[in-house]
Amino acid sequence: MQITVSVRRYNPQDKENPSYWQEYSLDVEETSSVLDSLIKIREEEDGSLALRCSCRSAICGSCAMRINGHAKLACNTKVSDVAEDGGTITVEPAGVMPVVKDLVVDQTLFWDKVRQVSPWLQPEGEEPEAEYLAPNSDMTHLAGVMACIMCGACVSDCTVLEMDPNFIGPAALAKAYRFAADPRDDEDASRLAALSEYGGVWDCTRCYECVEVCPKGVAPMDRIMALRDKAMEAGYTNNNGARHTDAFEASVSHSGRLNELTLPIKSFGILNLPAQMSMAPVAVRALMRRKIPPIIHKSVPGVKNVRRLVESVKEEQQGEGE
Amino acid sequence: MLEHDVLVVGAGLAGMRAALAAHQRGANVAIISKVHPVRSHSNAAQGGINAALTDRGDSWEDHAFDTIKGSDYLGDQDAIEYMCTEAGPELIDLEHMGVIFNRDDEGRLGTRAFGGQQRARTFFVADFTGQAILHVLYEQLMKADVRVYEEWFVLELIVEEGECCGVIALEIATGRVFVIRAKSVILCTGGLGRLFEPSTNALIVTGDGIALAYQVGAPVMDMEMVQYHPTTLKGSGVLITEGARGEGAHLLNKDGERFMQRYAPNMMELASRDVVSRSEQTEIDEGRGIDGCVLLDCRHLGEALIAERLSQILEIGMDFAGVDIRKEPIPIQPGMHYIMGGIKTDMDGRTIVPGLYAAGECANVSVHGGNRLGANSLLDTVVFGHRSGNHAADWANGKPYRDLDVDAYVDGKEKEFSDLFSSNTDERWSQIRLDLGRAMDRHMGVYRDEEGMQSLLAMLPGFRERFAKTSLQDKGRVFNTDLIFTLELGFMLDCAESIILGGIERKESRGAHSRTDYPDRDDENWLKHVLVTRTDDGPEVSHLPVTITKWQPEERKY
Repeated sequence: MQITVSVRRYNPQDKENPSYWQEYSLDVEETSSVLDSLIKIREEEDGSLALRCSCRSAICGSCAMRINGHAKLACNTKVSDVAEDGGTITVEPAGVMPVVKDLVVDQTLFWDKVRQVSPWLQPEGEEPEAEYLAPNSDMTHLAGVMACIMCGACVSDCTVLEMDPNFIGPAALAKAYRFAADPRDDEDASRLAALSEYGGVWDCTRCYECVEVCPKGVAPMDRIMALRDKAMEAGYTNNNGARHTDAFEASVSHSGRLNELTLPIKSFGILNLPAQMSMAPVAVRALMRRKIPPIIHKSVPGVKNVRRLVESVKEEQQGEGE
Repeated sequence: MLEHDVLVVGAGLAGMRAALAAHQRGANVAIISKVHPVRSHSNAAQGGINAALTDRGDSWEDHAFDTIKGSDYLGDQDAIEYMCTEAGPELIDLEHMGVIFNRDDEGRLGTRAFGGQQRARTFFVADFTGQAILHVLYEQLMKADVRVYEEWFVLELIVEEGECCGVIALEIATGRVFVIRAKSVILCTGGLGRLFEPSTNALIVTGDGIALAYQVGAPVMDMEMVQYHPTTLKGSGVLITEGARGEGAHLLNKDGERFMQRYAPNMMELASRDVVSRSEQTEIDEGRGIDGCVLLDCRHLGEALIAERLSQILEIGMDFAGVDIRKEPIPIQPGMHYIMGGIKTDMDGRTIVPGLYAAGECANVSVHGGNRLGANSLLDTVVFGHRSGNHAADWANGKPYRDLDVDAYVDGKEKEFSDLFSSNTDERWSQIRLDLGRAMDRHMGVYRDEEGMQSLLAMLPGFRERFAKTSLQDKGRVFNTDLIFTLELGFMLDCAESIILGGIERKESRGAHSRTDYPDRDDENWLKHVLVTRTDDGPEVSHLPVTITKWQPEERKY
């Protein structure tokens, strides 16, 4: 099929015109990947095009880039899935990280965040002579996380990292989960305490972008949610995220709806006046736009049914926990 | 001045294991690698790692025998004995570091069957064992805070007064040339798959370390032993793990016949790789293939098993062949996969150049001989990576750094680069590499003969001439991959020379070296290693006896 590949080029050595779009027209097989096309360009047309790639089979994690606006591995993205015959594919470097040249980004930030979660097994006590005993179900569950190839697609498209570079981010948090859920690791408490701080698990906005773009099905956001549960179970509840979750649950179980007046107060902590005051401008703006929650918080009709639902979900969760 | 007691080149399993060992020995160690460690090709090892655990009723002697038989008696038995006795402790070490091996019902490490072995002794993580181990070793490297020169490309080994004392290297991101001084250098650069087209190997696998050592006069050994893996995808050469057959998948010809019953009636699909690849090639050559392929049938394994244990293969089938392996057989063919040959080392990883070590696929301590068993490669990397790391650290201990004329080395390289950058011809690395790769596949593939190999040898000067005229399209210094691929091609040409010379020299069929003009194994004349050494007067071929401890050569049947 005939396609046009439109590549976001960047050459820091060209001081006048470092960044520009370049179009390449080429004929490719129906089954080719975007990477095949880029390699064809590099080998046959333009040797100055820089990109990282190696394994061609989605295991080395080198070729994460934005294809038609979303992070993907070029090697397992079929041309025919992202363009019609005669169509155009746009290819840009991964987001969030600074560009070195063309499609090559500097991944220092990515690895710094991974290092931040002390990503190595920390068992306590003396090592057994043979292997640690562990249920196969735990190991196969962890295999789902270890399938992460550190390609950085999730970091590239994380909507939080785009705004707040302090966020540990989806890949590193998924890595942290891999240890928190490993029966051989005994550092859960310190790991979960650290992850409950600013930049940790509570900073995820649950936008699902990382789940969407992960080429290996790791679902980083789901791992972050699992870490939240673990952190709260372990008693790390003295933070906005955990309080927010509790307040949310209390409000819904009580009246079947959110009490938006008390929610921020409870989330920040009842005695945390400075933080509550910081919400004042938001409240004023909301008032001016007449977005006012009811002063008297009423229960929804049939709130008993909501409470029954909450109870049954809780029972189910307890059953799973046992 | 950049300097380290021990400098490890390459960050796959062998390299990281070596670095960790040297670090634990107290050495100041660094790794230099042309890609980030987790991008290394050890990732691609899917099936598992072999170890005979005595508490499972297995014995290292059985593992050693299977390895020796698999090697077609070309493996050195002292090295094989060492590898097989260390397998258990190394495996347990990996588990303790955090590798999430699959378990049995009691929560102990579980096994799967692999080719060429009498019993199941392959430990695994689904079908991405290499990746799972590689990432855990990198975790340990972060924990140890070992310095990694990420995306630095080694251009040349520095040897003065006969001792290796550092490297000249290119920082890819900036294009700047540096000298890194070292008391010992361990080459762990992996294989040379891209010298063949197609190959299962990643694009970075270009024989750099083998050529670096060859260039400074270290002999390479048994380079003719090139493994063709029985199950690779047509065209792309993407690998389908032997684990698929280990789990029970069948090989069928176009008539739907399990043809392995005619070639290896006992082991069937799980005979040694050389045997299975030859059988497939014979089926294809005799007209019982389909479009140059035979079929791998996984359908009867069931969806649940495929999902748990062959998940990556399921993905690869869909993505790269458009085949759902749960519903239809997938066409496969033998494809270049591994080099048993490599830089000759002793069991400590030493080459003949003092201070220069090698481990893993680029080395040949001779545990694989004429044919490597599946899941013995990961074992080789960790066992001999570990040992060479120890010895390289001991060698460096207390030794002073050598005074080097750094500017002279850097200027020399800069001069070469400026010639290359100013060259303006139509010749590019990509076309030469493709032509070379296809010629290698054609004449050094599953079956070989004198005529083909001689014609290939005669082509080499032409390839070298074209290479000397190569030009770059990227004239900048920042992340110039055009430059890197050109430099890699130079390494590959050196590797090709030794492979072809080794192939012509060995006038018999043994392991992966199958000659139609010498179809039989000839223990009387060829139970020996073939070495190729670069000298000022050109390459020199020599021989060394095979070390035999207690297993005398026998006829090889599966």
